[in-house]
Amino acid sequence: MSDERTLDLLEAKIQELRELNKVDGLDLSAEITKLEKKLAQMRTELYASLGDWERVRIARNPKRPYSLDYIEGLFSGFYELHGDRMSGDDRALLTGLAELDGQNVAIIAQQKGRNPADNKERYFGMARPQGYHKAIRMMHLAERFGFPIISMIDTPGAYPGLESEENNIGGAIAASIMSMIKITVPTVAVVIGEGGSGGAVAIGAADRVLMLENAIFSVISPEGAAAILWKSKERVKEAAAALKLTAPELLDMGVIDEVIPEPLGGAHKDMEQTVSALKERLIHHLNELSEKTVNELMSSRYERYRGTGRYSTLSD
Amino acid sequence: MPIFKDKQYFRVKLEKEADEALWLRCKSCGELVFKRRVRENNNICPNCGEYFFLTARERIESLIDEGSFEDVSRPIVADDPLGFQDEKSYPQRLKEAQEKTGLPSAIILASAEISQMLVVVGVMEFQFIGGSMGSVMGEQICHGMEEAIRRRCAFILVSSSGGARMQEGIFALLQMVKTTAVRAQLAEERLPFISVMTYPTTGGVQASIASLGDIIIAEKGAMIGFAGRRVIKETIAEELPKNFQTDAFALEHGIIDRVVKREDLRGELATVLRFFQEEKK
Repeated sequence: MSDERTLDLLEAKIQELRELNKVDGLDLSAEITKLEKKLAQMRTELYASLGDWERVRIARNPKRPYSLDYIEGLFSGFYELHGDRMSGDDRALLTGLAELDGQNVAIIAQQKGRNPADNKERYFGMARPQGYHKAIRMMHLAERFGFPIISMIDTPGAYPGLESEENNIGGAIAASIMSMIKITVPTVAVVIGEGGSGGAVAIGAADRVLMLENAIFSVISPEGAAAILWKSKERVKEAAAALKLTAPELLDMGVIDEVIPEPLGGAHKDMEQTVSALKERLIHHLNELSEKTVNELMSSRYERYRGTGRYSTLSD
Repeated sequence: MPIFKDKQYFRVKLEKEADEALWLRCKSCGELVFKRRVRENNNICPNCGEYFFLTARERIESLIDEGSFEDVSRPIVADDPLGFQDEKSYPQRLKEAQEKTGLPSAIILASAEISQMLVVVGVMEFQFIGGSMGSVMGEQICHGMEEAIRRRCAFILVSSSGGARMQEGIFALLQMVKTTAVRAQLAEERLPFISVMTYPTTGGVQASIASLGDIIIAEKGAMIGFAGRRVIKETIAEELPKNFQTDAFALEHGIIDRVVKREDLRGELATVLRFFQEEKK
């Protein structure tokens, strides 16, 4: 069984041969074709048998596109709005206005960093209370002017720290959920990478919830569950499998609406393909939602969340 | 689940009826105290004032008018939607929790009176898998708010919970949204929701329904917060002050409205409820 690194090495090797082929006029094309076939086969095998833990790894792959990459691909004229109007600009949660297919939309998006400095500024994509205040402010703006809201989820969780707790991170998450429940414009949430717990659900209580194929959405990280329930950090694979946190599993359980397919190997292997698949589905869902009256929208949202959960009713 | 260890509280085995022990030792002052006196004293040590852990039953008894209790919970029990198995299977954990507490789930839901004022009250049981919120607790909380709407009365929720129930995965996480959705209906109806936070009110419970009270009261000695000390230390290795996530910390930072001693809680609820009685309007 090969892993992603083996595939990357092989891919690099093929690239080297291609360069050599050009420069020296040697005919290596037969060899290259053979290796390309082998690579494709290995890739298909690898991703056909992806375990839940491997999906977690892909969801967290630092090469994976982040919110700003999607924003650039999906929308035109993204105009970022920084203020939470209370205490600060959280760089882990961005908000702004843009156009999608000729229509104005409001965007709420969690953003991870690309390098150590970027990550320091963005707290590794973990929003603090001001991030959720900013999200709420954006929801109100969107409601006032009738802009549908698109939220992009990609966070290990809300930022755990003294400053967060002093500023009532729990209360900020609760308020953000409440705002999403009450807002009278259509809302679509997309989990593009990591959907980590309360910090994710705070901007995920939408009319439609979509997930990219290799994204995850979970009540707790596999590491956290392994430490608490298995009392061992080594048991992450079991924890990841037990939590049923992958997009296909969540679709099966009926808690999300749709899985957006990714190219073999993950979204970063073909960004354009991923963006165009997502764009088509976003437009589709927004169009469907925009046909509803406010009453229909609010009551179907209410029914969706009122009916969430699995339990057995005892007979008399 | 790691048991929340705190000097302020600890679990005392107030042995069931079969047990003949008349005395118990307070772990705080070390004195042998007469068990009946502890019970009569709201499970507060008569010698040193230390709080003993209250079961949900004891808690509800301590808050409502005698004889006014009526269970209004729905007859539902937890499923195992993920087929969850860690060192134990989830059904096994549920069975053990039920045996230990004598309760079907981690919440008691009742209609009752407090100083002759009708209320619907939910009380979480920490000894039932850490008072964690899964599908059953979420449904009972929603049902409780809907009962309050039917009866045109206040809803009180006494939280004692580590957060969402991991063994129910995404279904547990989404109870945060579900309870919030119904809480919005209660607000539409202009009926009051009083949230009482006790030891501990953390994680997904604190980050949803418990923080959405019209009035939020913390019991003295409560622990209130989102991420636990251990998580914060492991994630960012930050030094935390001694009073971190205590009742005083929550009050200082505007997270709650008031801190109330256990023995005063019933009277305090009556005082608050009087502001919201409909006939006065």
